[in-house]
Parts: sequence; structure tokens; C-alpha cells
Amino acid sequence: MILALIIIALVILGASAAAMLSRNLIHSALLLVVAWAGIAAFYLWAGAEFVAFAQALIYVGAVSMIVLFAVLLTRQGATAAPVEFDSWRRAVLGLMVAGGVMGVMFGAIMGSPLDGRIASPTPTITVKQLGLLLMGPYAPALLIVGVLLTVALLGAIVIAAVDKSEETP
Amino acid sequence: MSLPVQHLWLIPALPLAAAAVGALTPRSGRTLAAGAAIATMAGAFLLACLALGGALDFPAAHQVLNFAWFDLGATSLRLGLLLDPLTAFMCVMVTFVSLLIFIFSTGYMKADANAKQFFCFLSLFAAAMLGLIIANSLLLLFVCWELVGLASYLLIGFWFHKPAAAAAAKKAFITTRIGDLGFLLGLLWLQDAQGTLLFYDGGHGILESAALANLTHLLPCGLAASTAIGLLIFCGAIGKSGQFPLHVWLPDAMEGPTPVSALIHAATMVAAGVFLIARVYPLMAADQLLANVPVHALTVVAFIGAITALMGALIAVAQNDIKRILAFSTVSQLGYMMLAIGVGSWVAAIFHLLTHAFFKALLFLGAGSVIHAAHHEQDIRRLGGLRPKMKVTFATFAIGMMALSGVPFLFSGFWSKEAILHAAHGWEVSSLPFYAAVLGVVLTAFYMTRLVAEVFYGAPRSDEASHAHENSPAMTVPLVILAACSILFSLLAWPSPWLQHQLDPSAHSESGDMSLVLPSIVLVALGLGAGWAYYGRRPRTKAESPDPLDRYAPGLMAALANRLGFDELYAATVGRLSSGFATLAAFLEVFVWDGAVRFLAGLGELSGLVSRENDEAGFNAGFDAGSKTLRDTGVAYSKAQTGDAHGYLRTLALGFVLLLILVILGGAR
Amino acid sequence: MSPLQLCLILSSLLFCVGLVGALARSNTILVLLGIELMLNAANLNFIAFWRYGPHPAAGTGVIFVLFTIAVAAAEAAVGIALVIAVHRHRKSVRLQEAASLKG
Repeated sequence: MILALIIIALVILGASAAAMLSRNLIHSALLLVVAWAGIAAFYLWAGAEFVAFAQALIYVGAVSMIVLFAVLLTRQGATAAPVEFDSWRRAVLGLMVAGGVMGVMFGAIMGSPLDGRIASPTPTITVKQLGLLLMGPYAPALLIVGVLLTVALLGAIVIAAVDKSEETP
Repeated sequence: MSLPVQHLWLIPALPLAAAAVGALTPRSGRTLAAGAAIATMAGAFLLACLALGGALDFPAAHQVLNFAWFDLGATSLRLGLLLDPLTAFMCVMVTFVSLLIFIFSTGYMKADANAKQFFCFLSLFAAAMLGLIIANSLLLLFVCWELVGLASYLLIGFWFHKPAAAAAAKKAFITTRIGDLGFLLGLLWLQDAQGTLLFYDGGHGILESAALANLTHLLPCGLAASTAIGLLIFCGAIGKSGQFPLHVWLPDAMEGPTPVSALIHAATMVAAGVFLIARVYPLMAADQLLANVPVHALTVVAFIGAITALMGALIAVAQNDIKRILAFSTVSQLGYMMLAIGVGSWVAAIFHLLTHAFFKALLFLGAGSVIHAAHHEQDIRRLGGLRPKMKVTFATFAIGMMALSGVPFLFSGFWSKEAILHAAHGWEVSSLPFYAAVLGVVLTAFYMTRLVAEVFYGAPRSDEASHAHENSPAMTVPLVILAACSILFSLLAWPSPWLQHQLDPSAHSESGDMSLVLPSIVLVALGLGAGWAYYGRRPRTKAESPDPLDRYAPGLMAALANRLGFDELYAATVGRLSSGFATLAAFLEVFVWDGAVRFLAGLGELSGLVSRENDEAGFNAGFDAGSKTLRDTGVAYSKAQTGDAHGYLRTLALGFVLLLILVILGGAR
Repeated sequence: MSPLQLCLILSSLLFCVGLVGALARSNTILVLLGIELMLNAANLNFIAFWRYGPHPAAGTGVIFVLFTIAVAAAEAAVGIALVIAVHRHRKSVRLQEAASLKG
């Protein structure tokens, strides 16, 4: 059980770190797909099957596609331009800040009394229960998310659409 | 030695591995990709032979291996593998034909830059097709069914830079999707009614009598539930097997490379629909004992099959493209198979499926050999005189043509066609399908004679044809092997119907009844003779000279050459309907909704005009002064806005760190 | 160390990986992807606390993650659209060059 968790964690961290370090954007996007699939595996491990499927569908299936499209649409030339670390100062600053965040979070986690909850069995939540929750107590939130997604869709189209007058100067 | 059902998954896994190899090698690795494809297919063939040996030890048993795929809450989706004689025979046929066609492809695709991709797709197709065959679950079968559809799409459009090929791939994909929608609905209905999609599951599977008894109730429309489900599943088979009225994609699919036409659109994938209906035959036949229903599922199958068989043969008479003729012949032969299932003899259908796979693959590969030699000239009016130049191709093609026409005794096609005619003759519901089949036999012999006479006899009628020469052994050896199989396979049917007995041990043997043999020989002779009289005796001399039949019935021939106008009909009905809906939607959009929006906008503009007058006079002066103060403050604050997003994010993170430190220290105090 | 702590450490490590990506890289798409990773790390926490929490039957953590995923998908769509729009104007996807809002 713990071993599986550690393996999943190593896959997620390894793939995401490699994605963040890679010089080739396409490689980054593909490595992130691996990381997202690992996260879906984590959800499965924790017993949240439905979330795992949602993760696989939305991230592995959809978001990765958008990212790949964006990479292809914003390529400068015919070849895949490698993306350099163009500023070592910024990279070092970023690492330091992230290290600080990691330090305080690690301290917070280790300092919290969390050891009491070990022996609980894996909980299950059926799709039916989830559906009842979504349609019952969380129905307003579901409606709002629907509106949000619609607005985001329209907004994305409006932002990315080509302005006619701009094309023919 | 035999292959137990636990290891059956190896058969599709091998070509899948080859597909992976093909996908991962660089474009220059064509030899590796082709070698992997051929080697794994040979391995799969050996395994399939072992599986056949195991299955024939217990012909009546359905050996299954079921396992849970995944659980979703309380429901559990189970898949399974199945080994019975039907599966085993299909496996052997698919692996054997695939192997030969892979070898043929090494010669045919020699000059193509994307050959490695071609072998990758072919292996993927073979893996999906074998998975379809060994599935013990309608769900697994459906998944593989869609995968073969994908492979077919990729391969028809393999030369996607040709607009016709890209359009044909799209057409094939969309047309089969229409049928698959029905299949999917039937599958969901079945899952809902039975709670499982396994075929055989120790008495609980959907094809076993306990479950079938659940489906005999009548629906409000008068049909039995099993009839409705069976017909929905049959929709999938109509699409995949090119049955009327969804046959339109199959002839266009010939835009793909010829080995693809041979493997996918003649021997294996299009036969998957027949295989599916044969596999779920107990479900299709579940309503046979009900007397008070308007129609039985199998009756529909029989009539669709008969219509397809006759229509395909008729259209094939008037086509001029060598591959289109063979394509319509495939449509027609698939109609025969459906007809056989519909009249209750699925064994005859599978027998014909197996023999047809061999000789139709042979004919397509022969056509491929001709096309390759004649520099991609496919019009039979511009070929001709190839017999002395391509002796091996001619000999094997002639054997395939005689097997397809049903020349008596020596050729496998005769026996399988005989079995179908016999079954249709004994059908008590209607005799129309039998007469359609009889007419189809004559037409088949006629158009095949025409094809051979036009291509191989007479004088060459174009430069390409006169410069043709025999192909390399990689292409001719598969032809010879397939030709040998087309003849040897008749031994399985003669003298006793061994194959039929292995497939369905419960069926009573009807081998003794030879009453139809003599009339059928006469019919075949009639077709061959007529074909030779019109096309062989006085071969065409120029490519432009008209077809002899055009003189007798020009209108009919034109309609047939136009494929009875199905494509135009669909464009005029389905296509026009959807563009009509689009126009209606556009009209509503422009005039109704837009008008409403403009009206509201006008109202808003009017009120804006009124309030502006108020504003300018009253509020603005005081507001301006306030704004100036605000602006000055804004300028001061905007110094903090560096425009550097990284900086913002960094500050945010540092703020978080500080906050957390404060919380921790505060908690400690 | 309890499994819950392991999960939390995994999620904070993932968060920091995303943070490094967002802070150190100059390609806007990569910055966005780093932010996606940070969102995912937050989701890991929700699931971990749901899994080891006192009331798993209430399903709050799962529901929250579903909503987060929806919001993250919207964010990705709009963010990428912005990247494409900026790229069309400036022919560049470097984040520090999109600084016209400088005060």
C-alpha cells in the first residue's frame, strides 16, 4: 500500500520535474501527460475512482491537447525552438523562493499532529452518491461552474480569434 | 499440443507488439517494421493453429476466461476471452491471410516512403481484428470493432495527399459510425437488461438460454425485446459489412493501397459483421419460437442480405475499375453470407466467409499485382493482353475467378455457395431470397468472366499495359499459396461436411442432398458462357470502344455504372437535410435573435442619450476634481507595478512563506 | 511517518516543482503548466484529507476536487487563448516581454 504510494509519487515528481526542466516544449507537454496520469493513479489508490476518471479525461485527454495546440501554434519557425533558461538570476531566485515555500510547508506538515489517523479502511464513494450530492446540496455550485465554463469557452474564443481589421492593414 | 484459453491473449498481443515497434522506429526503419510485422504474424499463425487444435478436441465446448476489468462502485465491468471452433477457424484464417498479405506488401510498398507506417497500421489492424475474434464480451468486441474501424480509416487514407483517398477515408469512417450507433444502443440496452455483456459465463452469459429467456417479452411496438436488440446490433454489422443501405463506403475504400483492400476490405474486417451476427446467433434466433410478432430478426437479416447480394452483383457488371468490380463483388458476397445467417444456417455463412477470404484476398492481390505492373492503371478498358506477360498472375487470378464464380467440384467457392443456396432453398418464410441468390450466381460468373477477358485477353490498349511485366517473388509467392488454398479448401467440404460439423456439432448433416448441384452448375455455365460470348470471343481493340452491353440497354447500364445513384441519393437527402437545418438555424440567428438583440441595444442607446445630458451638466464637474486626486494616487501606486509577472508570483510566494512562519510561531506561543 | 503525511509531502513537493517551473522559466506556456501543477498539488491534498479524514462518506473532498478540475480546465483554456493572442501581437511567448501594464 505504502510502496504503491511511493512508486506513484516518484512517477509524478520525476515526470513533472523533468517536464519543468526540459528544453523542448513538446517533451514538456508529453511528460506532463505522464505526471497527470500518475495523479490519476494516486486518486485510484486513494479510492476516488470517479475523480481519477475525471482527471484522466480532462487533463490527460483535453488539457494536454490544448497545450500541444498552443505549443504548435506559437512555434517560431519550422523547427522546434529549444527554450533556454535565459536568466540565471531569475532561475536561482525562483529556486530559492520555492525552497523557502517547501521548508515552511514541510515544517508545518511535520509539526502537525496527524499521526492519529492511520488505520481507517479505504473509503468508497459510488458514482450514484456523487451524483446525488452534485444534484442535491451542491446543485448551485454545479450551475455556477456550468456558467463559468461557458464564459471561459466564449472568452477563450473571443481572445484567441483573429481580428479581421488587424489582418488586413 | 494445444493452446489453452489462458494464453489466447498472446495471439493479438504479438501483432500489437509489432505495431508498437513500427510506431517507435524512425522512418528509415522500414525493414525492421516489416520484419517485426511478418515475424509476429507468423508467430500468431502458429499459436492460432495450436488454438485450433485445442478447440477441435472439444468442438461443443466454449472455453472461456473471464476477468473483471474495473469496478465502478457496485457495478463491475467484466471482459473475457473465448475459445471455440468458430474463434479458432477465424483466427487461423485471419493470421494466415494477414501473413501472406504482409509478405505481398513488402513488394507492393517497396517504393513508398511511408512503408514503415504502413506496416505499423497493418499490425494494429491485425491485433484489433484478432482481439475482436477472441472476445467473450460484447463490450470487448465493440472496442476492437472500433479499433479495426480506426485502422481501416488510417489505411484507406494512407495516401492522404490524394483528395479522393482522404474523402473516401472520411466517408468510410462516418458511414460505419452510423451503423455503430445502432450497435452501441443495442449494447447498452443489453447491458441494462442483462447486467452483463459476456457471451458465455457458466450459464449467465447473454447467449445462454437462461438469459435469452429474459428477452422474450413484447415491447409496446409489438417486437420482442430480443428482436429489437438483435436488429440494433445488426445495424453495426450492416455498416461494417457494407450491407444495403450502408454499402456506399466500401467501393470508395478501394482508394487505399491494394494490400489494404485485400486484407481489410475483402478478407477480414468487412467479414467482421458476418462474424458478429454468427457469434450472437442465439440472440438473433431467440425470437424464432414466438408466433405473434410482426417480424423476426433473422428475416430482416435474410432480406437485407438478399438485396445486397443481388444489387452488388448487378452494379459490378457495369463498373470499369478493376478494384471497384472486386469491391462490389465483395459487397455481393457479404450479402450471400448475411442471407445464409438469415435463413438459419450461420455455419454455411462462416464456411463461405472462410473460403471467400482466401479467394477474394487472392483476387485483390492479383489485381494489386496487375496494378503494380501496369503503373497504377486500374481501368480495365485500358488494360488487356496481360496473359503472356504475367503468367503467374494470370494463372492464380483465373483460379480465384473460378472459385468466386463457383466453378464446380474443384474450387472451394462452389461448395460454400452450394451450402448457402441449399439453405436458402429450404427456408420456409419466403422464396424470394433464394431466387435473388440464384440470379446473383449467374451475374457473378458473368462479371468475373468479363473482368478476366478484359484484363488478360486481347491486345494491350495503353502504354502502361504494353510495358507490364511479371512482379518479384515477394508478390507472386503469396498469390500461388492463396491459389493453392482456394483449391485445397474444397477438400474440407468434400466428401463430408467436416468443417460444418466442427463448427456446429448439433446441426444435422445435410451432405447427402445434392439436388441443387445440377441446376447450379447450369447457372454457372450460363454466366461464364454469356460473359465469354460478349467479352472473350471478340476482345475490345481500343480503350474508347463502347461496352457490348451498352448497345442493348444503355439506360440500365448507365444507372448501374453510376452505382444506382445511391451516393447522389444520400447527398440529396441526408446531406441536403442537414444543410437545410443549418440554413434554418442561420436564418433564426440572423433575423430573429439578432433582431431582438438589436432592439434591446436600441433601447439601451436611447436611455444612454438621455442620461448623458444629465451627466455632463450635473456630475462631471465635481467628478473631474475627484478624478484628478485619484489619478495622482494611481500614478504613485503604479510604480509598484513592474509588469514582471515572475516578480509578482515571487512576491506572492514570499508572502505565503511569511504568513506561514507567522502562523507557526503564533501557534507555538 | 503516517501515510497522510506522505501524501501531504508528495503534494507539497509537487507544488514546489510547479512553483519552480512558474518562477524560473520564461516561456508563458510553461509558466501556465507550472500553475496547473500547483492546482493539481492542491487537489492531491483534498483527496488525501478526504481519504484519511473523519467523514469520508460526506464526499466533500471529492466534490471539491471535481469543481477544482472544472475551474482548472477553464483556466487552462483562457490562459492558452491569452498566450496565443499575445503571441499574435508580439510574435513571442516570453513572459517578461508582455509587460505593457508596467506602471
